[in-house]
Amino acid sequence: MFDFFFQLHPVIQGLAKGLAVIMVIFPIAGACSMAERKVAAWIQDRPGPNRAIVPWVAWIPFFGKFLQRLGIFHVMADGGKMLFKEDSLPGHVNKFYFILAPIVAMIPALTTVTAVPFGAYFDSAGKVITLGLAPLDIGMLAVFAVSSLGVYSAILAGWASNSKYPFLGSVRASAQLISYELSMTLAVLPVFLWVNAPGLPGTMSFGRVVEFQSQPGFLGGMWFGFMMPLSAFIFLVALFAETNRQPFDTVESESDLVGSFHTEYGAFKWGLFFVAEYSHMIVGSGVFILLFGGGWNPLPWVSLATAVDWLGAILPFAHAPLFVGVLSIAIFLGKTLAMIFLFMWVRWTLPRFRYDQVMKIGWQKMLPLSIANLLFYAIAIAVIQK
Amino acid sequence: MANFLFYAFAFFTVATAAGVVASKNAVNAAMCLLLSLVGVAGLFVALNAYLLAFLLLLVYAGAIVALFLFIVMLLDMKETESRGFGKLSFAAIILAAGLLVTGLSTLVTRGHLDTGNPALTPALGTDIKLYSYQLFTTYLLPVQVMGFLLLIAMLGVIVLSKRWEGSDDVT
Repeated sequence: MFDFFFQLHPVIQGLAKGLAVIMVIFPIAGACSMAERKVAAWIQDRPGPNRAIVPWVAWIPFFGKFLQRLGIFHVMADGGKMLFKEDSLPGHVNKFYFILAPIVAMIPALTTVTAVPFGAYFDSAGKVITLGLAPLDIGMLAVFAVSSLGVYSAILAGWASNSKYPFLGSVRASAQLISYELSMTLAVLPVFLWVNAPGLPGTMSFGRVVEFQSQPGFLGGMWFGFMMPLSAFIFLVALFAETNRQPFDTVESESDLVGSFHTEYGAFKWGLFFVAEYSHMIVGSGVFILLFGGGWNPLPWVSLATAVDWLGAILPFAHAPLFVGVLSIAIFLGKTLAMIFLFMWVRWTLPRFRYDQVMKIGWQKMLPLSIANLLFYAIAIAVIQK
Repeated sequence: MANFLFYAFAFFTVATAAGVVASKNAVNAAMCLLLSLVGVAGLFVALNAYLLAFLLLLVYAGAIVALFLFIVMLLDMKETESRGFGKLSFAAIILAAGLLVTGLSTLVTRGHLDTGNPALTPALGTDIKLYSYQLFTTYLLPVQVMGFLLLIAMLGVIVLSKRWEGSDDVT
């Protein structure tokens, strides 16, 4: 069925795959901005955006009204506004870096996706084949390395804006990003100590991490979120800080910094920052799910293979690679979206930290905690896997 | 393809490295340094040394150049006016050129690339376990020395920047 695709030049294949993934991430990022407003409204017990509607949809008797209350047309209204608004360029900025900064924000956010696998299927021999753009052997390092380049967008935007508040925001942003990267990296190390068991070739790939969460037995089927709760917690907190989400959004705290490094931006350039932030959130949530949430396994102690076997009793086509692939992607995306809901939930629950609190938590709480965590698991894993 | 990529990345690296030296604006120089590091990472990828490539990106491009840029911006350096060449610069140029010639000639006459076991080379670069095993056995001393050096630098920074008793410390 798809033979023609595999006859294309590898570069064209890669481009097609990349475009396909971007075409999924972009709408999700847009939908997230909508969901954010709806979740906020729900948590604060108000209707939220429910006005915008396309005229000819309003003519549909019952369904049109439903869509209007759901607020999905606000996504189009927002997008349209961002595209058609005047793209102003303030006179006092460094033009080159001012225009470069939103692009630099977007590129790492979308490039990290290449290293993140998002599904799997079984070939005829029952071997697991992961679905992803680039099945890198050092997947985790690649994600860390590329996402750490995102800091330049904040630095450049703040500096090129040539005004006080954006500059303060960018100083905060870069300090925060660099500080929390440390505990984030240390928090994932126990996971990779565990999956690099003696006798296996060394790797940092996500495929191996998920494979270790889908084995039979009590320890084998356990998601790493249960096995290493402290690691998962530190990673999650650092993820909130890395994506500049509440309660760590001192970077763009309106009350003392106007609007952070994107104060001087408007229209589409601001939109790029916005989409980059959501893409970071989506990729970060995906990585969290892969590392601590079982990847594409539907439930703890129930691996994808088991689930497919169960489904096979009902559906005749359950073992077809296409079905398994789509199922695993659906499970993975579902979990990732649940994580994004968690992001929004936290945003409307916790108050913002002060900047000195952010630094104190990062260096005096999270870092020692993650080092202690690493030491504990290093010893425990050495004893268990001996 | 591999050849083309090598030439592309090599040209990119050298051109941006020249940009670091030539640009008068310190921010431009730092950005050129960043691009140059990305080019070197690309060369490492072409050599199948993915681990090195991404470590380079993570440590140098992701953190160190960011700090450079940070400091350049905080100090708000004006574009440096060119001071022309003095006697000292000429001495430095001659010294640097001499060192370069000595280094290159030593490499050409006495250097030899180990082509004995090509199967081993990519294995060390790609398999993270073998790589770390080498780090903790064969190369343990250099790693320890480097770590000690960094520790000393860190202590130095703390001593220099900490406000000692008597000064009004705001926490």
